Amino acid sequence: MSDIKFSVNVDEYLSLNKYEVDESNAHIELVDDPSDEEFDKLILVCPAALYKRDEDGKKSFDYAGCLECGTCRIACGDTIIKKWENPQPTMGVEYRFG
Amino acid sequence: MADFDAIVVGSGCAGSIAAYEIAKAGKSVLVVERGNFAGAKNMTGGRIYGHCLRAVFPDNFDEIPFERKVSHERISLMSPTSNFTVDFSSEDLLKDGQESYTVLRAPFDQWLAEQAENAGAEYICGIAVEKLIKDENGKVVGIFAGEDEITADVVVLCDGANSLLAEQAVGAKRPPASQMAVGVKEVYELPEEEIEKRFQCQPGEGAAWLFAGDATHGSFGGGIIYTNKDSISIGIVAGVEATANGDVPVYQMLEDLKNRPEVAPVLKGAKCVEHSGHLVPEGGITTMSELIADGVMIAGDNATMCVNLGYTVRGMDYAVAAGQMAGQAAVKALDAGDTSKAGLQCYVDALENSFVMKDLRQFKNVPNFMEHFDRMFCGYPEMIRDMMNTMFVVDGSPVQPMKKSMMPIVKGVGFMNLFKDVKGAMKAL
Repeated sequence: MSDIKFSVNVDEYLSLNKYEVDESNAHIELVDDPSDEEFDKLILVCPAALYKRDEDGKKSFDYAGCLECGTCRIACGDTIIKKWENPQPTMGVEYRFG
Repeated sequence: MADFDAIVVGSGCAGSIAAYEIAKAGKSVLVVERGNFAGAKNMTGGRIYGHCLRAVFPDNFDEIPFERKVSHERISLMSPTSNFTVDFSSEDLLKDGQESYTVLRAPFDQWLAEQAENAGAEYICGIAVEKLIKDENGKVVGIFAGEDEITADVVVLCDGANSLLAEQAVGAKRPPASQMAVGVKEVYELPEEEIEKRFQCQPGEGAAWLFAGDATHGSFGGGIIYTNKDSISIGIVAGVEATANGDVPVYQMLEDLKNRPEVAPVLKGAKCVEHSGHLVPEGGITTMSELIADGVMIAGDNATMCVNLGYTVRGMDYAVAAGQMAGQAAVKALDAGDTSKAGLQCYVDALENSFVMKDLRQFKNVPNFMEHFDRMFCGYPEMIRDMMNTMFVVDGSPVQPMKKSMMPIVKGVGFMNLFKDVKGAMKAL
């Protein structure tokens, strides 16, 4: 289990955003079996809280709520982020305020 | 014969203005924007200084969809149990040419794009440029976007802080995590008059408010609040490396900031309408790559034209000015029939002679200084709290002479540390 503690449910905030989710193409991919240490960095820096670990420490990542900021690429582009591309045409987040 | 005289990649502060300048000069220019409209993928805190836009739009400056004119500059040193705020207002902050405005990028960038389009620029939205086309000599001669290959005599790359193309264009390396910050922001809707009441502002005016210290739980970074017309932007900007090595997630920092007793009242009853994230290329000149290569120029966040001084963050005014200079340089190079690196040198020369590079050079030590200015985030907010408590807490016990009560507090941080930090700040800023 990860030691990182937080109480906020970011998914609730993401549900306020406008997205066109590309179900067929993940624009970000992780390496197989990413290290705990590197993965925990992404839990801390991803502003959309897309990198998660459950009570058993099992890791999950869902690109659907991605804000396309690239912070994970900066933090772990040399380690566990295998692929970082912009979403396919017209896909992804669409800020109405920004 | 190329498809266009120029292609601009990205329609933010730099791109739309580069396109505007090129189109205005009668050249054919195509803008490729990955958002479904200009601004759809962009985010700022944020505030832009007016001077740069006055230089580009002297005749229709008054039509720019700003949110509010910033009449209050607030800086807070926040400890876990206190908050010390400086609120500065001045007539000089409001004068034409030295004023600043809060903006929301979706409406703001669309207006900028509209100016470029009205001047004759063509737009393709909703497609990200994946790759640059280079000729056999390595000169950039166009772009790959979706299924299309489109060529131009010159490409102006303005694809933002998370540029996937700057490396192909000018060999820019991905900036290290120590030189980048992550911004997370939420927008809360609130009636106009309510904002003016809560921030003690005149109609149409507002506040820029930065927090250091407990906003990031003592880690490198800060909190931000900007008043928009009928909404409030609240966010955190935190060093990527510091946050990755810390123990509080950046979204939890934001949640905690919103729940602070000093902050919660200004958001009370307001409805969250958007949660956004963005990179801030705080490295400034320390991470800046070459700005030109054969057939291509880069401008704005992708060239890390940004500074975070602690009391203000600048990037958009540099991007606007750089976009203008890149556009003008493109026109000059096209007219001269030379868009090689040598032909585009006029862009670098113009930048060097402008406030953009002069500022970035002046602030060259700031990123390193700020990153190691630990006491600003944990130490000084607590010191200030203890000093203020000495002055303002009255419990009926006999008061001590100020010198006697204050000295131990300053000693807690250390005179040498204080002296060193002041000297360091003076040198870096």
